[in-house]
Amino acid sequence: MSVALPAPDITRAITRIAHEILERNLGSESVTLLGIPTRGAHLAHRIATAIESITGKPVECGTLDITLHRDDLRLRAPRALAPTRIPPSGIENRNVVLIDDVLFSGRTIRAALDALGEVGRPRSVQLAVLVDRGHRQLPIKADYVGKNLPTSPQQIIKVHLSETDGVDEVLLEEAAG
Amino acid sequence: MRHLLSINDLTKSDALSILNTAETLARASDGPMKKLPTLRGRTIVNLFAEDSTRTRISFEAAAKRLSADVINFSAKGSSLSKGESLKDTAQTLQAMGADAVIIRHNASGAAHTLAKGEWMSGSVINAGDGTHEHPSQALLDAFTIRKHCARGNEDLTGLRVAIVGDILHSRVARSNVVLLTMLGAKVVLVAPPTLLPIGVQSWPAEVSYDFDSIIGEVDAVIMLRMQIERMTEMFIPNAREYSRFFGLDKDRLATMRANAIVMHPGPMNRGLEISAESADSARSVIVEQVKNGVSVRMAILYLLLAGTQELEI
Repeated sequence: MSVALPAPDITRAITRIAHEILERNLGSESVTLLGIPTRGAHLAHRIATAIESITGKPVECGTLDITLHRDDLRLRAPRALAPTRIPPSGIENRNVVLIDDVLFSGRTIRAALDALGEVGRPRSVQLAVLVDRGHRQLPIKADYVGKNLPTSPQQIIKVHLSETDGVDEVLLEEAAG
Repeated sequence: MRHLLSINDLTKSDALSILNTAETLARASDGPMKKLPTLRGRTIVNLFAEDSTRTRISFEAAAKRLSADVINFSAKGSSLSKGESLKDTAQTLQAMGADAVIIRHNASGAAHTLAKGEWMSGSVINAGDGTHEHPSQALLDAFTIRKHCARGNEDLTGLRVAIVGDILHSRVARSNVVLLTMLGAKVVLVAPPTLLPIGVQSWPAEVSYDFDSIIGEVDAVIMLRMQIERMTEMFIPNAREYSRFFGLDKDRLATMRANAIVMHPGPMNRGLEISAESADSARSVIVEQVKNGVSVRMAILYLLLAGTQELEI
């Protein structure tokens, strides 16, 4: 087990992603951040805080639970659901930035795009992830990446954030057995 | 968990997981996501051998919001009325590829028979069997009580709930006593002695014959329907006397605690167990119970059908 991303690197990655989002969308007025629970929601909140400290203006931020849209529901035990909180002004004609901790197969993001379709029609959908570990099974690409981490499919990436795990770190583990 | 036959099959954490899932689903259907793709391609059969309005359409609405295909099957107009056995019906449904059967039957234990017969591979959900159990109703009642009365807890600790009326014939009462007690509430059964079942002393509930002494001390009252259709003997002297002593009229309503709520599983006999003023009062959450029923049944269907059967929740 090795630490792939220590706490200061995570903080720097979040700050950089905040700047990139502002640059690409010419400010934060049109931006709605939507984190995918659990850890994506915490990252969204941190990115929102970073954007606000740069611009001095609040940015729309919410959560999007995609469990009910997953295509692998049949393959595992039922998952607990997390809340979806769309900001009151909705996503119609907004530049939505989906935020998740790890980008792997791309299936979560496909489910998120389906879930978004139920909510409304954004002007654009962008994707920010803390770690891109490769091995995509769908044609999906992130717009903002904290760190590209080459892995083998058997390895396990664990993202720990202080909100849920008491500590900020990204761990890379060899598969058990 | 593969079937939902009785509240006794659930642990407290199962019950809370159903209530919490229902809460999330309720927020989703209040918000932008009305229709969810979760059970696309699954077939759910509503097998109703006994009349029902809200339970059947509630399960149907829940299944449709999760994109399942629903087949409605009622005793009238089907081979059940020609005397086809439950086994043959089950095998027919299996052959048609039903993933779940929601069964309402006038025989106590019908859902159990259907599940334990292993005539079909799908899930069985008990939507009321005779005078035995009605688990989804108890879950929606617990959901409603938690929403209005819970004292900052995830469960119903510290609450007192009265169940009033025809306990003898009530599957709603049987399921509710078990579930509400499991969740930490204290249950009081209020009824004339003739409408209490034999062995009620062994239930985990208090028993009272005096509604007036109880009404001011509870957080919720569940008024039960007088099940005239199941009554083969004289259980009460007459309807007016019953109504006088055990009905929820406006004078009794006025003696309730400040935030106490009035519930009824429906259908109501207005003027018998509940007066029109009580049923339509600000304390009444009877219409909301119907709405909550859809969310709770969505949660049940999600937890039973969305994942694999090999793994536990």
